Amino acid sequence: MNWSVMIPLIIFLILIFVIGFWASKYVRMTDSSFLAEYFLGGRQLGGLILAMTMIATYGSASSFIGGPGVAYTEGLGWVLLAMSQVVTGYFVLMVLGKKFAIMSRRYHAVTLIDFLKGRYQSKWVVLVSAFSIILFLFSAMAAQWVGGARLIESLTGLSYISALFIFAVSVLIYVILGGFRAVALTDTVQGIVMLFGTLVLLIATIIAGGGIDSIMTDLRSENPNLITPFGAEGTLSASYVSSFWILVGVGVVGLPHVTVRAMSYKNSKAMHRALIIGTIVVGFIMLNMHLIGVFARPILPGIEVGDKVMPLIALEVLPAWLAGVVLAAPMAAIMSTVDSLLLVVSSAVVKDVYLNYVEPKATHKKVKKLSFTITALLGILVFLMALNPPDLLIWLNLFAFGGLEAAFIWPVIMGLYWKKGNKHGALASMLIGILSYILFHLYLPNLFGLHTVVVPIILSLAGYVAVSLATQRSGEESWIQS
Amino acid sequence: MSKDSEYFRIAHREAWIGVVLAVFNFIWWFGFAYGLGGKSPSSYHYILGLPAWFFYSCVLGFIVMVVLVTVVVKFLFVEVPFEEEKGEES
Repeated sequence: MNWSVMIPLIIFLILIFVIGFWASKYVRMTDSSFLAEYFLGGRQLGGLILAMTMIATYGSASSFIGGPGVAYTEGLGWVLLAMSQVVTGYFVLMVLGKKFAIMSRRYHAVTLIDFLKGRYQSKWVVLVSAFSIILFLFSAMAAQWVGGARLIESLTGLSYISALFIFAVSVLIYVILGGFRAVALTDTVQGIVMLFGTLVLLIATIIAGGGIDSIMTDLRSENPNLITPFGAEGTLSASYVSSFWILVGVGVVGLPHVTVRAMSYKNSKAMHRALIIGTIVVGFIMLNMHLIGVFARPILPGIEVGDKVMPLIALEVLPAWLAGVVLAAPMAAIMSTVDSLLLVVSSAVVKDVYLNYVEPKATHKKVKKLSFTITALLGILVFLMALNPPDLLIWLNLFAFGGLEAAFIWPVIMGLYWKKGNKHGALASMLIGILSYILFHLYLPNLFGLHTVVVPIILSLAGYVAVSLATQRSGEESWIQS
Repeated sequence: MSKDSEYFRIAHREAWIGVVLAVFNFIWWFGFAYGLGGKSPSSYHYILGLPAWFFYSCVLGFIVMVVLVTVVVKFLFVEVPFEEEKGEES
């Protein structure tokens, strides 16, 4: 075990716990508005924290472990693809924007499903959305846990199972204690670690490679395709790469753990600041992180497991203690994504299903207890799933996100901006989105050379509009305000 | 209610600004990447050591977007209260 790497990591974990305990003070203090506090931080987020928690949530294991690994294999074409995520920095907050902030307060919405419930007034919309959140986010979570455990494994030399155990315990303790406020605060710490960590590592990698010029020369002489937009084998077509603008770019407005953040901020000023900070930070991290992957290739040729590129290059080009600090960054990314996923799934179970349909009159005390218990139980379940992990971390992760985007993007967007949209349209759109996504994924992946997510998103829009228009009369009364 | 529709008008306009920015961002990104990068690698130009297509598309494109977002937020976005008149907290 390499202690000079381990010590910074351990210090980082302790720091995270301190924040969790500090935030738990708020959770214990609130009583009447427990749900808004635990799942939403009391709607008090400021600009910096909002931006950071947004970014930490997008920047999942797919970008921080898988991403640089793929960039290592594919070259600059994959960095180009990753840069499609710059759009998330401003698009989500601008498009959901003030309308979503106002409406979610009006509906007293604490989750995405609350918003849909307020907007469409339909039990089936709520149940289908809760079901798809639980199903899809659960598999996303498992993928993230695998990533976290692999990282600890490759850093410490512990067995995969012990690594997974350490990861699970650290995540659970502080999510259960502190709720959303703890998650958002640690996201901020983690975002800052990522920002500087990737910058330091990029600079060190460039120096180790003898400057950008010589790295490019090495790449070109190894395989000229590495410096084209088309990937190492020339297989990344323009249409395929562009369709990631939907999957990891504009489409993230449909992700429940992203939308919940768009209802958590304090005021317009916080949102405006978050737009600017978010765009800068997300672009900077994405660019640095993936360039590191590409630049690592001439320095450490022949790495076969993509997930190991980041840890290995950090250990190669940095002094051990600094590598520990920098590797806290991907660790941070995974932890914060997992934390927020865990909260979203647990809120879907407690708030959206249990409180809505099982026991609406549950006492505050009971809700509190239930929230902690469900969160813990979910954590243990994911742990069991991650014990026998599937190999392709990045694709499992994207599968889940694509499914959720296809399900929610139109019910959210059209629900906000199109008065004629109604519950029938929303339900049709969700079902078409999820089912067609699964079917296309299994039988017709990458139709027309686009990522599988594109066609289901178009189909679910068509379903939303067609069914809403066809059922106009019954839809009128469901638009209760304005 | 009239104040309401005023706030919603602002919100709708800002959402459209987001869409316009995203479309612009995509065109810039796509145009430079595949316009300049589609040629044979042996004929690439380099800026700061990076292939020109990559520099313009990903590095400069990112900086341009940061500047645009900042300008748009500072000059076109309007502050709006989120709570209803009675100021109730949820």
